[in-house]
Amino acid sequence: MTAPAHVLVVGAAASGLTTVEALRRKGYGGAITVLGDEPHPPYDRPPLSKQVLSGTWEPARTELRTGEYLAGLQAEFHLGDPATALDVPTRTVRTQSGRELRADAVVIATGVRARTLPGQELLAGVHVLRTLDDSLALRADLLAATRLVVVGEGVLGCEIAATARTLGLDVTLAGPLAAPMALQVGPLVSEALAALHTERGVRLRMGAGVAGLTGAGGRVTGVRLATGEVLPADVVVVAIGAVPATDWLADSGLELDNGVVCDARCRAAAGIYAVGDVARWHHEHLGRLLRLENRTNATEQAMAVAATLLGEEQAYLPVPYFWTDQYDAKLQVHGFLPVDSQVDVVEGDVTARRFVARYHHGGRVTGVLGWNMPKQTRLRRQEVVDALRSTPAPIP
Amino acid sequence: MKVVVDEEKCVAAGQCVAAAMDVFDQREEDGIVVVLDEHPPPELADEVRNAAAVCPALAIRIEE
Repeated sequence: MTAPAHVLVVGAAASGLTTVEALRRKGYGGAITVLGDEPHPPYDRPPLSKQVLSGTWEPARTELRTGEYLAGLQAEFHLGDPATALDVPTRTVRTQSGRELRADAVVIATGVRARTLPGQELLAGVHVLRTLDDSLALRADLLAATRLVVVGEGVLGCEIAATARTLGLDVTLAGPLAAPMALQVGPLVSEALAALHTERGVRLRMGAGVAGLTGAGGRVTGVRLATGEVLPADVVVVAIGAVPATDWLADSGLELDNGVVCDARCRAAAGIYAVGDVARWHHEHLGRLLRLENRTNATEQAMAVAATLLGEEQAYLPVPYFWTDQYDAKLQVHGFLPVDSQVDVVEGDVTARRFVARYHHGGRVTGVLGWNMPKQTRLRRQEVVDALRSTPAPIP
Repeated sequence: MKVVVDEEKCVAAGQCVAAAMDVFDQREEDGIVVVLDEHPPPELADEVRNAAAVCPALAIRIEE
């Protein structure tokens, strides 16, 4: 396979930029064009719910690379110009401003959009957090507010609750699960997280679905739970997950099903690939499609696709990794943590908030989780790698 | 080649250690990156560049 003469990357965040960097690092000398929907130079998202929201970082610190470095990549960046359509047979992308870009290979890296509650756009004081502008707008509102309700007890909702509490707000965290991040980490750790948030003064309203928002004069006044209870709020953050940004591909003919469906090499069609949050590819060790919304995958998948574009074809077989920082708790996860896993604490002590837990499912190790023990957790990653490689089988 | 790390940006993922274990380690207490060899030999250059590339916090800079 010869390298494509022109690569078009649609998306200018971590996965898009990494694709470009990896191509250049491997010596690719062809033309590269990058389309970004936001006007900002490529920036990093994990700090948006933590350092940027708390104000400990200036927004510019999230920039992934300096202007000088970006210029050195010899790529043409068109920022603030979202893609609106893709013609698959000719690999031509149309943009909002009317550009028509044709390439030999197209890499889709458009990420995800925050899911919203019906009617929330009609009320001031209701936020989502996905972009840098989202984070700055939320911060401005929080600085003028007293009571925050966070809808959604996933990783993002928990981080926002912790940051806002640190800023001194009265914070309520609401969601349908039994405890924070119960879907991501299972009962043992989510109960420890519930204790942590409660101790820090966050009011938890767990096990309660959200029915809607209340407002007056065009501004939000609270969150109505399915039980009828209303949680009063000056500001509300809706953190109920994200949907792949594939609207622009609706008429492309690509298979779209909770993301851009790809083969084991992250290929959606001839000359068309997907990377990062938007990509749902066939993970051969799991034997099923997988889509990951985490920072490490954005990098690793982009590097894998860059290699594939240059003829070093290999199946993409990552061991997923994510982390979350809440107050002084640093949680790190390698692998998979099915909710009905058997969980053993293999180092440290849960009550001391310093431990490593190993997750077993279907008779094998599927993942490890560390709480304030990053190095010790990483040292056990190999157990997950070995188990996944030796007995390929679906993990729920 | 010189390796420079930003401890404040480091998120203690340990991806760098997995990529280049002769050059990077993590502190026992909090997992923050430790550089074992600030001037790695040429034969480790690819590993080190890879370590910088996989860092999820872009906390590793390489001066060639």
